Amino acid sequence: MSDATLSGHNSGPASVDAIQSSYLQQVQRKRLYGGLTLMIFALLMVAGFMTADARNAGGFWEGLHNVGDYPADVLSEAWEKRAALPALIVKYFPALVETINIAAVATILGAGLGLILSLLSTRGLARWPRLIPVFRRTMDIMRAIPEIVIALVLIFVLGGGPVPAMIAIAIHTAGALGKMFSEVAENADLKPLEGLASTGATWAQGMWLGILPQVAPNYVSYALLRFEINIRASAILGFVGAGGLGYELRNAMAWGPGRFDDAAAIFLLLFGTIIFFDQLSGRFRNQLTTGGQA
Amino acid sequence: MLELISLTKQFGTKTAVERASFKVDHPMMIGIIGRSGAGKSTLLRMLNRLSDSTDGRIVFQGNDITRLKGSSRRHWQSRCAMIFQQFNLVPRMDVVSNVLHGTLNQRSTLSTMFNLYPQADIHRAIEILDRLGIAEQAPKRAEALSGGQQQRVAIARALMQDPAIILADEPIASLDPMNAQIVMQSLRDIHEQDNRMVIANLHTLDTARRYCDRVIGMRDGRIVFDGTPEQLSTNVARDIYGADASFSEAATSTQIDTLDRETARLLEEAKAEALV
Repeated sequence: MSDATLSGHNSGPASVDAIQSSYLQQVQRKRLYGGLTLMIFALLMVAGFMTADARNAGGFWEGLHNVGDYPADVLSEAWEKRAALPALIVKYFPALVETINIAAVATILGAGLGLILSLLSTRGLARWPRLIPVFRRTMDIMRAIPEIVIALVLIFVLGGGPVPAMIAIAIHTAGALGKMFSEVAENADLKPLEGLASTGATWAQGMWLGILPQVAPNYVSYALLRFEINIRASAILGFVGAGGLGYELRNAMAWGPGRFDDAAAIFLLLFGTIIFFDQLSGRFRNQLTTGGQA
Repeated sequence: MLELISLTKQFGTKTAVERASFKVDHPMMIGIIGRSGAGKSTLLRMLNRLSDSTDGRIVFQGNDITRLKGSSRRHWQSRCAMIFQQFNLVPRMDVVSNVLHGTLNQRSTLSTMFNLYPQADIHRAIEILDRLGIAEQAPKRAEALSGGQQQRVAIARALMQDPAIILADEPIASLDPMNAQIVMQSLRDIHEQDNRMVIANLHTLDTARRYCDRVIGMRDGRIVFDGTPEQLSTNVARDIYGADASFSEAATSTQIDTLDRETARLLEEAKAEALV
């Protein structure tokens, strides 16, 4: 018992002093490094801002008070013509459906391709382990090129319309989802896979029955998140001639004053859609990750 | 000093703690015993205000703390330190930082972010660690320590809070018998030397008997026994644990000597049988 009392462990005042002073030294060193890092960070921020401001054609401070002008113009004109808004919303609804369609098809195609790529590039699961770097770099490239660049090239080749936009978004989605999917698959339990392999199952059978049931909730959740992002992307691609809501918005904005009510109606549609799908997929994802799992 | 008045906690339709009442007049060491799921942890969590009670009141030194909110609730939590079964330290931070977390209630968030603790506090943290016999571990990461050492860091964090009450939720359930003894003895010494109230959930009877001045037995959310360790007979213990006649205290023991005694008794019985 005596060995367990508090006093039995005391190492004497001298060594406590030593521990205290050495720990304080350590703390001071850490604080010094922390302070230096913070200073460098602040200097870089200030320097970067000044460079950007100097190169800016208009200048940040001179332009700052004009920031609200355009939204104010749009809002005031839209308010004057508010009676026409419901009719305009109905008018642009088909364009909205086109935008959502582009996003949905692109998400499904991209998720399918991303699924295959992710399994091929995950250590422990890959069909050809030596080709993992090849598939990984492929996904990197697909992610690295902005959708709008792919879309511009495809529109140049195939002509304007929803198909180039869909392909462009699908390529980007495959790269982005493939990366996320592969991270989820890395944490999957390999024991079921070993069990299936012992029965003589093929690689595809093993993946389908041994891995997918484990990772499905996470995959669906990521795919839904990507669908939200793709709705936004598909609206933006309309600006470069891919059709849908973005195309109408560009026309309305390019015409300038006089058609701002159209622009306001399109903005309303876009906001409404994004909020709607955000809420829907948020609720669905919650169900998948918490409640829905058996 | 501390009084619980028919404290109740319900999770949906299930009642975890049902009308628990007891009164403590002066600082003492109290052991709460009972099976898993008897409501011991829920009771301690309500005392610390980690979770809210459904009904009833907690009164400490004349102040009702049952419905405290915001900063007054956090201030109460700083006076009522908690020790957990799984230690609940920040594994990637060093031992002294973990102990200094005991002062968070007095620090602003900003100074915490930059790890700016006063030198006096750092000195006191290391002195507390020395008192618990682990001062040499001060600069190490908490995750590098053994379970018994980590639990003593948790106790040091609790002491750093300079609390009126220390709540210990199964403090020795994850420890081997030797470390369990050191941790329990530390809690006992804190009670005796600093005159702080200690309330510990224990799942073994002999620990409660050995270290506590008062034992409270819980079964299915209700307090079924409240008395001194001497009053805790085998029959009462069977009632608390809902066990049949085959229940023996040694079976739940983590004490080395109890186990030795039990083994010796069995050996003697075997010898006697052999002689017959």
